[in-house]
Amino acid sequence: MKMLKLAILSVFVLSYSPWLSAGVEVHEFSSAAQDQQYKKLINELRCLVCQNQNLADSNSELAQDLRNEVSAMIVKGDTDSEIVDFMVARYGDFVLYRPPFKPITFLLWLGPFVLLLLATVFVVIFIKRNKQSEVTELSDDELKKANALLASQKENDVIKGNK
Amino acid sequence: MWRYLLPLGLFVVLVIFLSMGLSLNPRDVPSPLLGKPAPEFNLADLHNEQQKVSPAQYKGQVWLLNVWASWCVSCRAEHPVLNQLATKYKLKIVGLNYKDQRADGINWLQQRGNPYIANGFDFSGRAGIDWGVYGVPETFVIDKRGHVRYKHTGPVGWQDIEEKIMPLVQQLMKETAE
Repeated sequence: MKMLKLAILSVFVLSYSPWLSAGVEVHEFSSAAQDQQYKKLINELRCLVCQNQNLADSNSELAQDLRNEVSAMIVKGDTDSEIVDFMVARYGDFVLYRPPFKPITFLLWLGPFVLLLLATVFVVIFIKRNKQSEVTELSDDELKKANALLASQKENDVIKGNK
Repeated sequence: MWRYLLPLGLFVVLVIFLSMGLSLNPRDVPSPLLGKPAPEFNLADLHNEQQKVSPAQYKGQVWLLNVWASWCVSCRAEHPVLNQLATKYKLKIVGLNYKDQRADGINWLQQRGNPYIANGFDFSGRAGIDWGVYGVPETFVIDKRGHVRYKHTGPVGWQDIEEKIMPLVQQLMKETAE
């Protein structure tokens, strides 16, 4: 029984391989380097139809066409940047999963760090202020009063015979 | 006083930004083609295989490129608007029949009327890639110099025509070709 369960489980696990389910589409390259380049690019480029997927994951027709385009360009010997430029010229920066660092994206890239800095400054100020309020300096008058109170307390203790 | 006003102020700013985010259309990706020369293609006409359709033929004119397909559901809603646009404003609309079957495309125009002066038959979708097409229907406005000046993604409504496309076209008509 246990073996049967294991066997069924392994069938499910093995059939989950993305290369099996992609079956229909085969891109063959002459070298491992080109294969690597292809996989890297289709993982970095966004599918514009289903916007939260990259070209590698998407099943839309446009994604298929663009995968073919990428593969053809690789076979032709184009470099990564040539292929990326080709896509950006047609679909804009949005096609890149990693947006470029330029004035229009400064807020996107630097915003989180600016927020972190602001939060740190805020916390530091907050802590400092709290500390100050704990240690309150007594004026001379107040000090005298306090000493007098303490002294009278001691006297009382002596009279009552307390320790 | 600040104790209460500051968080309230931050909250209001947050609400403004979030509501702005909600009202944006994520499908509206700005086209990098705006202000650039219209990408070339040289496709067979949908109705006549011998005849070629290419953007270069329309240099010196203000025209619309409308990307459509018979399998495209929102094109169905858009089509009457294009028909009206062609008859009322006599605007030159060139069609790009995108990844369609020739017979289906011809059939569709017979049934619903043909607002196009010509239709490029882009069976492979390669011309579509050059134009950055990702969601049919899409509509481009091209000026006399052959530059793309406006892109509308999704079905064009009559309001878009009256408020955006026609005012732009009228302005472009006044420009010179050079």
